[in-house]
Amino acid sequence: MIVLEKRPQPSKAWSYATPLVAVLATMVFGGILFAILGKNPIQAIGTIFWEPLFGEFAFYYRPQLLVKGAPLVLIAIGLSLGFRAGIWNIGAEGQYIMGAIFGAGAGLAFYPLDAFYVFPIMVIAGAFGGWLWAAIPAFLKVRFGTNEILVSLMLVYVAEQMLASVSLGLLKNPEGFGFPGSRNLQSYESAHNAELIAGSGMHWGVVTALIAVIFAYVLLNRHMLGFHIRLTGEAPRAAKFAGVNPARLILFCLGMSGALAGLAGMFEVAGPSGQVSIDFNVGYGFTAIIVAFLGRLHPVGILLAGGLMALTYIGGEIAQSQLGLPAAAIQVFQGMLLFFLLAFDLLTNYRIRAARNEVA
Amino acid sequence: MDLGEINPVLLVASLMVAATPLLLAAIGELVVEKAGVLNLGVEGMMIVGAISGFAISVETGSPWLGFIAAAIGGAVLSLLFVLLTQFALANQVASGLALTLFGLGFSALMGQSYVGVKPPSMGDIHIPLLSDIPVIGPILFQHDPILYLGIALVAAVWATLRYTRVGLILRAVGENHDAAHALGYKVIKIRILAILFGGACAGLGGAYISLIRVPQWTEGMTAGVGWIALALVVFASWKPWRALLGAYLFGGITVLQLNLQAAGVAIPVEYLAMSPYIITILVLVILSADKSSAPASLGRTFHASH
Repeated sequence: MIVLEKRPQPSKAWSYATPLVAVLATMVFGGILFAILGKNPIQAIGTIFWEPLFGEFAFYYRPQLLVKGAPLVLIAIGLSLGFRAGIWNIGAEGQYIMGAIFGAGAGLAFYPLDAFYVFPIMVIAGAFGGWLWAAIPAFLKVRFGTNEILVSLMLVYVAEQMLASVSLGLLKNPEGFGFPGSRNLQSYESAHNAELIAGSGMHWGVVTALIAVIFAYVLLNRHMLGFHIRLTGEAPRAAKFAGVNPARLILFCLGMSGALAGLAGMFEVAGPSGQVSIDFNVGYGFTAIIVAFLGRLHPVGILLAGGLMALTYIGGEIAQSQLGLPAAAIQVFQGMLLFFLLAFDLLTNYRIRAARNEVA
Repeated sequence: MDLGEINPVLLVASLMVAATPLLLAAIGELVVEKAGVLNLGVEGMMIVGAISGFAISVETGSPWLGFIAAAIGGAVLSLLFVLLTQFALANQVASGLALTLFGLGFSALMGQSYVGVKPPSMGDIHIPLLSDIPVIGPILFQHDPILYLGIALVAAVWATLRYTRVGLILRAVGENHDAAHALGYKVIKIRILAILFGGACAGLGGAYISLIRVPQWTEGMTAGVGWIALALVVFASWKPWRALLGAYLFGGITVLQLNLQAAGVAIPVEYLAMSPYIITILVLVILSADKSSAPASLGRTFHASH
């Protein structure tokens, strides 16, 4: 008989090892999946993980790593704060969309004015849009005790409809020959989130993501509020006795994750993507959930996990064009990763023991 | 705009069709939550059910086999949730999310060759005599068998929870798993069965969308119905008949919204399309004041330390 024995303290070693084990297991099972789809598994896995970094065209793909990783890290950092305290914002996708709409809207309102303050205003507007969208579930939870999981998720669908509405109406390019979608912000100098060093992929979103990582690290390790967040997640009763104000925590965690998701959306729409369009969002808000868990809800872990996830996005695209691997296979691959991670986490919290059958 | 074009009889009849996927998924999740487990993977199990049912009924030509396959597909996916939450003792919220993310990807992968294919039709049952009654006949007695199965399931779940020993044990496990364990009930086993039942129901609900309601396969076609079903369980305060009522209410909103779109009302399409989600939020707000009826062990991991 195998029994599980709860560890008095979660194992440090395993908590570092599980993400790696999960990645390896995902590679193995992903390989099996690719083999079932009739692709050479070694080649497919190699294409996904090796090609973007060291392949022939790595000079093109490496900057993409920053471009794809930045929004994931930004969103995941915000989510991790709430997840740590047991506050589940799973509507980051909606907050991302609203950030993009607000940010782009603010920029386009100034068109074609050429001024240094246009971009900062867009940044603020983007953060505000995301914050606003996350403040709805936060407020409802604080005031009425409404479940934030369902409300934040419902708001994703509302945001998607909003996106469709503005790209066909309010923000539609007046010179766009009737096509849906806004003006391209890439060709509006003052609003363009351009690369800071040409060809590096480094734009303001990447910088902000790095700042967010540092900020979250300091908050969680050196600040009272961060301590309260951790305390609430790990020992809710103790937190109550310590006088942690749950309402404040909910408003902060949800608001912060919303603002960061909004920023991510704003940087994306003003930079790599360029315009508000119906299918502007590609699911970063959901993938960021995987990133947050894969990074162990730890800022540095999230940074690494964001990079890895960006790798699977880029590698997946390469595998799509070179090997004809379906796009959905990559989605399955990413989902699998979360599965294995959650499963192997057992080893962090429990010890597996062989036990004789005894009469209790 | 011509509201006169909306036929009230057809409206109510299609309301029942729109409500059925929600109802099936919600009644399954209700049983799962009654057993003290929160499975947020309903959306994922529905979409996997939708494609399994679709694929099998296209391949075999039999919608019945399709629905059976859908139930199996949903249950198999929920088995992953079982492994994570009951054996690996993982967090239920995270595991449910994993199920949904995985299910959405997996269904898209399976469904690639089925886009644009037309599934075999199930056909409606015309209950003799009753279906000939004017107005009530077409509304109530001219539907497909799965719709009636949904209603029968509600009745069965209600009766089981209320009057049988199995129902009592299930509720005991959901209210206080430590006490249930101390009394000698197999908490994990009961929860596994509940989760599998929930998965099968969600699978049926998904297949109802792809085989009867739409009927077609498109990626991500469940479009949040699974999440609304989760909200519906809260709305129903974990009571089966209220779930039925709630499903019809939401079905009504969906159908009315679609009819208003078709009738060309002056409200933009996007605002009509977002209305079911906004109404879900409003309903949640109104009902969230009362949490007393939630199973006490909901979402908590059970591990017998001895």
